[in-house]
Amino acid sequence: MPNCQETLKELELFLDSELPNARIEQIMAHLTACTDCQGAFEFHAELRTIVRTKAKRDHLPEGFTDRLLACFEPQPEAD
Amino acid sequence: MQYAPQLFSTALRMTRNRSDAEDLVQETYIKGWRSFHTFQEGTNLRAWLFRIMTNTYINKYNAQKRKGTEVELDDVEELFLYKRLGSIDQSQLSSSAEDQMIELFTDDEVKNALEALPEDFRMPVLLSDVDGFSYKEISEMLEIPIGTVMSRLHRGRKAMQKMLYEYARERGLIIEPETVEGTGE
Repeated sequence: MPNCQETLKELELFLDSELPNARIEQIMAHLTACTDCQGAFEFHAELRTIVRTKAKRDHLPEGFTDRLLACFEPQPEAD
Repeated sequence: MQYAPQLFSTALRMTRNRSDAEDLVQETYIKGWRSFHTFQEGTNLRAWLFRIMTNTYINKYNAQKRKGTEVELDDVEELFLYKRLGSIDQSQLSSSAEDQMIELFTDDEVKNALEALPEDFRMPVLLSDVDGFSYKEISEMLEIPIGTVMSRLHRGRKAMQKMLYEYARERGLIIEPETVEGTGE
């Protein structure tokens, strides 16, 4: 089982879903046994959710979708 | 048009300007439409559109590609925010903020912290933290090695945490221990 230092070193890879399953299991085993590391992982997972949620709240400009759709309309024939 | 809102949000964080962001998304759709024959069915349409948008942004604003001008970021301590907020005790938070982190930062503060990152770091952080792309996808979009994606994410995220911490402190939501112990003035 990885120690605290090894576990924290892989915090980002873990949260980014970039670890192989076998390693995820080892990290999970450490987290189950270590509340300090568990706290750090939960904190960063929550922070990630906050960033993802808040950075996506933008109002689309008025008429934006219509203008996008207009890009795909055939150009009117000139008389 | 299902991806338009996501593309617009990311375009806005990239360009930091609503009218440029609108142009960028529009250009992305036009290019996507024109080169749709190159899209391989069964692959990820969303990633394909984001890739077109990222390329368009980089080419149009002549960003990222300027070799040898990589901006450095101040080195920030590991687990910067967690060490300050993770075990925060109620007395260090002003009454207006619950101990809920979500209450601590406004939407604008999160957006500003992202937008304030230097380009080289902003792009990978946006594509990963906001849009959830894998290291491999980001590496392909930005045409940089996976190791570079990882190191930029690591440093960019720490810099962002430091900015978020400063915003909360400026609004008086976090009282630093030194201030608590001082005379308060």
